[in-house]
Amino acid sequence: MNAIDFEPQIRQILAKHARLCVDVMQLGTEADLYQAGMTSQASVNVMLALEGEFDIEFPDELLKRSVFGSVGSIRDAVVGITAG
Amino acid sequence: MKTHDFSVHRVPSDPAFGPSGLRVGIDIVQVSAMAQSLAEFGARLLQRIFCRDEIAYALAAPELTAQRLAVRFAAKEAAFKTFNFSEAGIGWRDIEVRKLDSGGCVLVLHGRAAEIAQAQGCTEMALSLSHDGDYATAMVVALAPASR
Repeated sequence: MNAIDFEPQIRQILAKHARLCVDVMQLGTEADLYQAGMTSQASVNVMLALEGEFDIEFPDELLKRSVFGSVGSIRDAVVGITAG
Repeated sequence: MKTHDFSVHRVPSDPAFGPSGLRVGIDIVQVSAMAQSLAEFGARLLQRIFCRDEIAYALAAPELTAQRLAVRFAAKEAAFKTFNFSEAGIGWRDIEVRKLDSGGCVLVLHGRAAEIAQAQGCTEMALSLSHDGDYATAMVVALAPASR
C-alpha cells in the first residue's frame, strides 16, 4: 500500500479522537496537531485507535511528541511499522 | 508604601531548567475524557499506559477509577515535561505513581526514564497530585544540580 493511502484513515481517526478545534480534513499534511488543539491525553486515544485500525503496536522508541505531531509524521510512523 | 519584589529573570535554553538545576513540570487532565477513553479502549488503555499497581489501585474503587487514572496520567505527563522526555521515546509505564502505606504518593522512574533522569543528574523528585470535579492535575519537581 502506498503511504498516501493511509492518510484518509489517519484523518478519520484524528477527527474522532484528537479533539481538534479545527476540521482535520482541512489541515495540511504537516500542520501541527498540538497547535490545532490535540492534548497529550487525546494523543493516547489517537495512538490506541491507530493500533486498532492498522493492527500494529507503536514501540516505545516511537512514543515521541513529534511522531504524533502531524498527519504526515503519523503516516510515516504507520508506514514504518507496517513495513517492519 | 514600599514593596519588596523578588524574581529571577533567566531564560535557560532548556525550559524545564531553573537556577540550581531545579526542574518542574505540570499537567492537567479532564476526568470525563479519561472515562471516555477507558470506555472506548478498556484493557488496552490500562495496559499501554499504566503499571500493574496503578491499575489495581484505580480499579479497587470503581466510582473513582477514572479520577485515579486521570491524576496518574497527569503525573506521567508532568514527568515528561520535567525531564524533557517528549522526544526520548519513553513508554508511559516507565513512569509510575506509587501509593505509599502512609497514603501519600511518590514518583518512581523505571528503565530508560530512570536512565535519562540519572544522566541529567537528578538527585531528588517530588510529586503533588490534586483533583476537583472534572479535572485532575499533577506537578513534578526535581533537583538535578549536576545539570546546571
